[in-house]
Amino acid sequence: MKEELNKTDAEKSIISQAATEEYKYGFVTDIETNVIPKGLNEDVVRHISALKNEPEWLLDMRLKAYAHWLTLKQPTWGHIDMPEIDFQDISYYAAPRKKAEGDKGEIDPELKKTFDKLGIPLEEQMRLSGMAVDAVMDSVSVTTTYREKLAELGVIFCSISEAVKDYPDLIKKYLGKVVPYTDNFYAALNTAVFSDGSFVYIPKGVRCPMELSTYFRINAAQTGQFERTLIVADDDSYVSYLEGCTAPMRDENQLHAAIVEIIVEDRAEVKYSTVQNWYPGDKDGNGGIYNLVTKRGLCRGDHSKLSWTQVETGSAITWKYPSCILKGDNSVGEFYSVALTRNYQQADTGTKMIHLGKNSSSTIVSKGISAGHSQNSYRGMVKVAPKATGCRNYTQCDSLLLSDTSGAHTFPVIEVGNDSSVVEHEATTSKINEDQIFYCNQRGISTEDAVGLIVNGYAKEVMAKLPMEFAVEAQKLLSVSLEGSIG
Amino acid sequence: MLIIKDLRASIEGKEILKGVNLTVRPGEVHAIMGPNGSGKSTLSNVLTGHPAYTVTGGEVTFGGKDLLALSPEDRAHEGLFLSFQYPVEIPGVSMVNFMRAAINEKRKYFDQEPLSASDFLKLMREKRAVVELDNKLASRSVNEGFSGGEKKRNEIFQMAMLEPKLSILDETDSGLDIDALRIVASGVNKLKSEENATIVITHYQRLLDYIKPDFVHVLYKGRIVMSAGPELALELEEKGYDWIKAQVDGE
Repeated sequence: MKEELNKTDAEKSIISQAATEEYKYGFVTDIETNVIPKGLNEDVVRHISALKNEPEWLLDMRLKAYAHWLTLKQPTWGHIDMPEIDFQDISYYAAPRKKAEGDKGEIDPELKKTFDKLGIPLEEQMRLSGMAVDAVMDSVSVTTTYREKLAELGVIFCSISEAVKDYPDLIKKYLGKVVPYTDNFYAALNTAVFSDGSFVYIPKGVRCPMELSTYFRINAAQTGQFERTLIVADDDSYVSYLEGCTAPMRDENQLHAAIVEIIVEDRAEVKYSTVQNWYPGDKDGNGGIYNLVTKRGLCRGDHSKLSWTQVETGSAITWKYPSCILKGDNSVGEFYSVALTRNYQQADTGTKMIHLGKNSSSTIVSKGISAGHSQNSYRGMVKVAPKATGCRNYTQCDSLLLSDTSGAHTFPVIEVGNDSSVVEHEATTSKINEDQIFYCNQRGISTEDAVGLIVNGYAKEVMAKLPMEFAVEAQKLLSVSLEGSIG
Repeated sequence: MLIIKDLRASIEGKEILKGVNLTVRPGEVHAIMGPNGSGKSTLSNVLTGHPAYTVTGGEVTFGGKDLLALSPEDRAHEGLFLSFQYPVEIPGVSMVNFMRAAINEKRKYFDQEPLSASDFLKLMREKRAVVELDNKLASRSVNEGFSGGEKKRNEIFQMAMLEPKLSILDETDSGLDIDALRIVASGVNKLKSEENATIVITHYQRLLDYIKPDFVHVLYKGRIVMSAGPELALELEEKGYDWIKAQVDGE
């Protein structure tokens, strides 16, 4: 802290002059949207289900979830300061209005423009080859690219609403099995009102030839987004899945409460990467997304592998713990995370590695970066069941402080139920160093660029886990997010 | 090239430089010697714009420009280079990325296009040879895990890359064994030309056996109290600083 105080006025003014790049994705699309009235009750749940022509069993699940949710209270254990949310003041369904008839299958040009602006062109010929996209705006999936091509291999990639209609057996078999509605407050809420999301099924022995990705966009005001993603990787299959998200700049807080469930069978591997860039609120902490997400994967098969990589730079509040239940023998779980908070952002994020299978192993690398007045917490659990012998976990948990008004916290829990398992935990906290910045300055690198370099260097181990195209974007995001945030 | 007039500077309210005067012309090598705490490192930090120091008086022109009005990075772009006494480590940032950022920032300053990846790598290879820097070091993170000698070689490598007009070598000989010293010094000599100049800050005569100065200055109590030719360094080696201290303090 001393160092910070010693900073001269000259340096402070250089730093405060550093341009603060505005949130690039804060625009609003002017499109007619069907929004159901605010409020939540059983009729709303029924209404959403009816809008989607859902089968009875799914409505049933929603209603049970809703009834259960009513018995729960908003959790308060996170190291975050969140006002109580008025769940009656949110609209639970918003859909961009379909265009007039005659344009069957065509995407509204406004929507197309929106996704173009976000760098996600929806025409397949314009896409970089090697990535299929499911584009979700507010509560509905707008389009999914490359579906036919993937179908040739038996890979199913579509919106979850379509999957309910087209693959009812698969959905019934897997939905809610990894994250039951009884799991937590937001999981119950999501199960009651979820609107859309993506479904992926990779059949036995298939290595998915392209990256699959879902791009989530919140557009409508005063709505919440409750999407659901379900990924099933059958025996000996492989898929790499990417998730991106942005939202307009608004003074109000908007709620995003998603569920991601992943099932990994024998010898299959799933790589799930997130670059989370929801609107973080302004520099005084007004507005921004509350990102309250339950993500969990079940490594059910022997030798199965699930790898979570996340770069979290957005949202006013982030509350998420992508986890692995390592049920299969020799299964592998990984969690690589960079969480950057600045201004008044708050993040409470981490993972759970639950070792149930013998010789299962897990790796956790968490890098927190806190600037401004932000609070950044790592919360993790490593649990080895008594019968899960020969397990191994390595946890590395680093925090980098960029200001003396920000906070970094770690809340690790370790429970090992047998003697043959080895669990390691390493943690460091450091401050960005004035001498490093001056060294860069002396070589002609400006303070902003120097901070970008230093932070990217710090986060490198995690960034290296991202797919190429994503990594470049994420690197830029880290640098941009940091501009003007030192001191 | 560099004209320092009555330069005064302080850190945390304590005045360290108390009126330094120095003129450096292209092609010259100046050695600045002096006992500990005389302000040698402060001088290099103030010239390069370290934010911890406050200039309280005097002026410095560099290539005709008011040096003190420029930001540290612009001073670098204008051709001022400091070989640090203690080069810092920047974990995770590869030398390649670091140097590329530095080179391209400089090119941007002069409205030039960034160097292509292949031209850049070619330049790296060429300049690495100047200080016999291993390719492995060049692909590692900036100074991370480098030995003392490797760090100093890496400084001279960066100097070769950036082709400064004026280089300040701050105690570049400290912590070097005789072989490393020879490599570093020969690197500096290879980079010497009629257009550029060097200020060598050192404690000992040793480095000056390899890098021959045209002028030797003694800095004491924040002032240059004596200037002469290379023979002064030898005299200091032999007699120490006490006679100068006595002379100055007796005034």
